[in-house]
Amino acid sequence: MELALFVLFGTLAVLGSLGVVLSRNPVRGALWLVGALFCLAVLFILTDAHLLAALEVLVYAGAVMVLFLFVIMLLNLREEELGPRRFTPVKALAVAGTVYLGWLMAVPMWKAGRVPPAAPADYGTVEGVGMLIFKNYLLPFEMTSLLLLAAVVGAVMLAKRRM
Amino acid sequence: MNTAAAFPLAALVKATVVLFAIVGFSPVMTWFERKISALAQDRMGPNRARVPWLEKLPLIGGLFRFLGRIGIVHPVADALKMITKEDFVPDRADKLVHTLAPWIALVPAFVTFAVVPFGPDIRIGATIQHLQVANLEVGILYIFALSSLAPYGAALAGWSSNNKFSLLGALRASAQMISYEVCMGASAIGLFMIYGSLRLEQIVLGQQDLLWGIVPKWGVVVQPLAAILFFAAAYAETKRAPFDTPEGDSEIVAGYFTEYSGMKFGMFYTAEFVEMIVLAGLYVSLFFGGYLIPWVPAGWALTGQAVAGVMVPGFVWALLMLGAFLLKVAFFVFLQFQIRWTLPRFRYDQVMRLGWKILLPLSLANILVTGLVMLW
Repeated sequence: MELALFVLFGTLAVLGSLGVVLSRNPVRGALWLVGALFCLAVLFILTDAHLLAALEVLVYAGAVMVLFLFVIMLLNLREEELGPRRFTPVKALAVAGTVYLGWLMAVPMWKAGRVPPAAPADYGTVEGVGMLIFKNYLLPFEMTSLLLLAAVVGAVMLAKRRM
Repeated sequence: MNTAAAFPLAALVKATVVLFAIVGFSPVMTWFERKISALAQDRMGPNRARVPWLEKLPLIGGLFRFLGRIGIVHPVADALKMITKEDFVPDRADKLVHTLAPWIALVPAFVTFAVVPFGPDIRIGATIQHLQVANLEVGILYIFALSSLAPYGAALAGWSSNNKFSLLGALRASAQMISYEVCMGASAIGLFMIYGSLRLEQIVLGQQDLLWGIVPKWGVVVQPLAAILFFAAAYAETKRAPFDTPEGDSEIVAGYFTEYSGMKFGMFYTAEFVEMIVLAGLYVSLFFGGYLIPWVPAGWALTGQAVAGVMVPGFVWALLMLGAFLLKVAFFVFLQFQIRWTLPRFRYDQVMRLGWKILLPLSLANILVTGLVMLW
């Protein structure tokens, strides 16, 4: 059952990601990404990371992608403006790079064997993750939030200048 | 924690029952809303939809005439109209997304009810069953996550229709829903701090304690400000008047669903009613003791309890609590109708100002004060 779900949603996630890259229409591309993120959340649930799954949907699918969609809809690109579909060296390089990265990740995983180490009891629970980010990794976590704050202040500055 | 293997039959039964209950309630709610709007505007309300032929039968004919007179046949006529109406898709519309959008609006609305507990633990045979479809550890985050997907329905409907009014409605809808989501999440944090859990089950059970030995420790008692903020924010999420700028019939025709007809329009309509039920269920669970009856511990549903010398068995208590839950939900649905038909629409900039400059700072201050009080 778990394996079947993993195969199903893993495949769907890959298909969704391909859809993002290959679709011409930016709104459809964004939709594919939402679908891929959703499938990824299911994969998180299968690895018992329930909090991560909920936050993935809440933050990425629910907030970030809605804003993306918002901007794409405001731009309202037409078919003519997108230009013809061309195969450029940059795209070839991107494909090659992706394949190489996949290879780099796949080899150690294959060598590590198929049985994952047993997770601690509070793994992926709200308490467990909370303990990790507010105790063990407090400083990196707070620094990330500072980074986000800087981005927010920067965005406000950029918007204010035009007003 | 093995979710896939521990998928029991009971969960399937509960999910089916809850789904059908919600589907069944939404036509009743259209009737309820029409009656309340009639009350608010001093009219009679629907009373002319009739059942042909059956009314003329002897004996039971009177019953059907009565049902027609109080307007309860009206939702049936509505449903028949919507199903048989032409399903029109504009010529330059993105057909796939146009068809998909009503589904995207409807599905998150339905599945959010899964984590709302609608009754106490009961004993069936040798097992103890929670009356809740899924008791997730992330609990309310699941609701927030799924309701954060709701803007897609409106946004995609408006964009794919290829109509400027629809697009305006879609932009308004997504901006409004994102804004109020933030406030909705922030206003509930105080509750998690007090009850110490994200599980709705635990939050409801935390509300059966008594403060100073008399007052039930309901969310509204310990977090009165959050109760108001949460209701306002969650109500804005349903996009109904006074927060109905995404539809704004006097400004942008019908907003994001201008180009929808037939059952696809019906699906947006249903989604709105389902969202109202979910809102009421969630609000009751967070702030008004869920299925709890004041001064009655939830444990009585398992053990039974003697009242005035007469032994009242557990299932009677369970039924009473189920009834209490339905009654509370019905009240908050009623309250939403009252607001809908009493207040005029906000202007769009007023909606934004209310969300970001009033509700959000207040809910953040509420977290701070709650934390200070708990420390002290």
